[in-house]
This record gives sequence, structure tokens and C-alpha cells, in this order.
Amino acid sequence: MSVPKPAWNVGDELESRTLPPVTRLQLIKYAGASGDYNPIHTVDEAAEEAGLGGVIAHGMLTAATMGLPFSPYLEHGYIRELEVRFSGMVYVGDEVTIGGHVSEREDSEEGCVYTFEVYASNGESTVASGTVSFLVFEGPCS
Amino acid sequence: MKCGYSTSVPFERFIGHCSEPVKNVVEKGAVRKFAEAIGDPNPLYVDEEAAGTSRYGGLIAPPTFPRTFEYGEVEGLGPPGQGYIHGEHRICYERPLFVGEEVSCYVEVTDYYEKEGREGPMGFLISERVGESPEGERIFTMVDTAVLTPAMRENFGL
Repeated sequence: MSVPKPAWNVGDELESRTLPPVTRLQLIKYAGASGDYNPIHTVDEAAEEAGLGGVIAHGMLTAATMGLPFSPYLEHGYIRELEVRFSGMVYVGDEVTIGGHVSEREDSEEGCVYTFEVYASNGESTVASGTVSFLVFEGPCS
Repeated sequence: MKCGYSTSVPFERFIGHCSEPVKNVVEKGAVRKFAEAIGDPNPLYVDEEAAGTSRYGGLIAPPTFPRTFEYGEVEGLGPPGQGYIHGEHRICYERPLFVGEEVSCYVEVTDYYEKEGREGPMGFLISERVGESPEGERIFTMVDTAVLTPAMRENFGL
């Protein structure tokens, strides 16, 4: 086991992370991997026709990004619920910052369920916000 | 009728309509490609050996992976919400999703309503996507809100 079993308290902050600037290649890769070929994510002309200032990232790519802070703990538990509200666009070149804090924790039959309020921002404004419920297997919330 | 709600919305007639279930398989290569594309190549998603000795006993899929499945089409509507603006997404798991397993998927239109926006009426189409094991055990439930702008509504002849 590479990372110790996590134990968070209500109010604990996730260490915020700023990701490298979004590239067009990344959006092309995500389109291929997800099967979402809506051209507003990859083709300039299509984005312009849709009234956007350029191609925008897939909302579901931003949603996936919001799960990144939990990946190191996957050997101890998993994301049981992810809820995301999209509120802004992410453009090529944007540096997305993700973060959050523990808002609740509750014992369940399977282990401790931590609820996090999470967000993604492009530096100027919040582009997505929501909650993540992360189940840590075994034992009550310490 | 509340102010701002339209009385004759063709989308409303799809509420409660489901697609025929479609069989999907959680493919190892597809999961690896997806994990790399989202910048999260966790060994439990991509490294068979590491995953084999973990509590999961094998590879699992990232939380947003079920978005890649086929859910079928609602007759007369197609895949609900595809190509619209994505407003909200929620996925709830009963258990982790394992690589190699077969998942039966379908989609249901659960609601449609309209609200007056700054540039005209906006439509909100809510759909629920479900993944079940071949034995009928539910694995996940996904709820999406698709937003139709006034221009998109016009394209649909609303």
C-alpha cells in the first residue's frame, strides 16, 4: 500500500491543484476515448458557429478532473457519488484549478462516507462545482 | 400554469419513455485510453498486476467512464441530451465498476421543463441512465440535465 488510509475531518481542505493549460490535443484524445465527437470541442469553425470564442473542453472532462484529488486513495475506497453543475466554459489554454473541502462524514455498513464540496475554476471564475462522496472501506469514521 | 412555462412542449411526451437495453462490455483498452485522456492513469485502472493484488482483485473503471457506454435511443428522440449543452451530471454507484464485466444499459427521459431565460425560453431535459449486471443487479445510476438554448429550441421547431 503506497498511501495510508485517509481519515478526514469536516472542514478539512483538499490541497488545491492547478493543472497544465488545456491543449487541443487533450480534447481530441478525450473525444476519442469518450466517443463524444461534438465538433464544438475540436473544430474552430464549429465552435464559432455555436457562438463560442473557440473550442471548449467537454464538460465531462472537467467532471473527471474533479475526481483527480481522490485517485491516490483508490486502494482504500472509491467515489460512490459524483455530482457536478457546469457553470462556465473551459477554453484551450485555460489553467484549471480544482479543490474542495469535507462538508460531512457518515458511517455506513461498508465504511466511512466522506462528502466533499468540490469546484473547478479557470482562474477567473468557477466553471463547475458539485459534491463527491468518497467511501473509505472498513471501520467507522475515526 | 406558472408564468414562463409553455403548455405545448413536444418534449414532454417523451417523459417516462425508455430505450431498449444495450449490452456493453467494460473493455480493458477502452479504460486505459480513457484514464490517460482524463490525466489519471491510476494503476488500479491500467496495471493488471497491481490491480490483481488490490482489494478489488482486478482492474476497475474511473468514475466518469460509464459516459462512454451505449444506452440506446428513445424512439422519436434519439439519445436524449446528446449534442445539447450539458448542465448537470450526477452518477451514483452501488459498487465499483469492474473491467471485463458486461453491463446492460438503458436510458429513460425523466423530465422536461422550460424556464424563461434572458434571451428567451430555455429547455431542460432530464434523463436517467442505468447500468445493470446481466443478473439485473444495479451497478450505477446517472442523471444528466441537458440545456436547450432558445436557438436550439427553434431548431427543434419548438
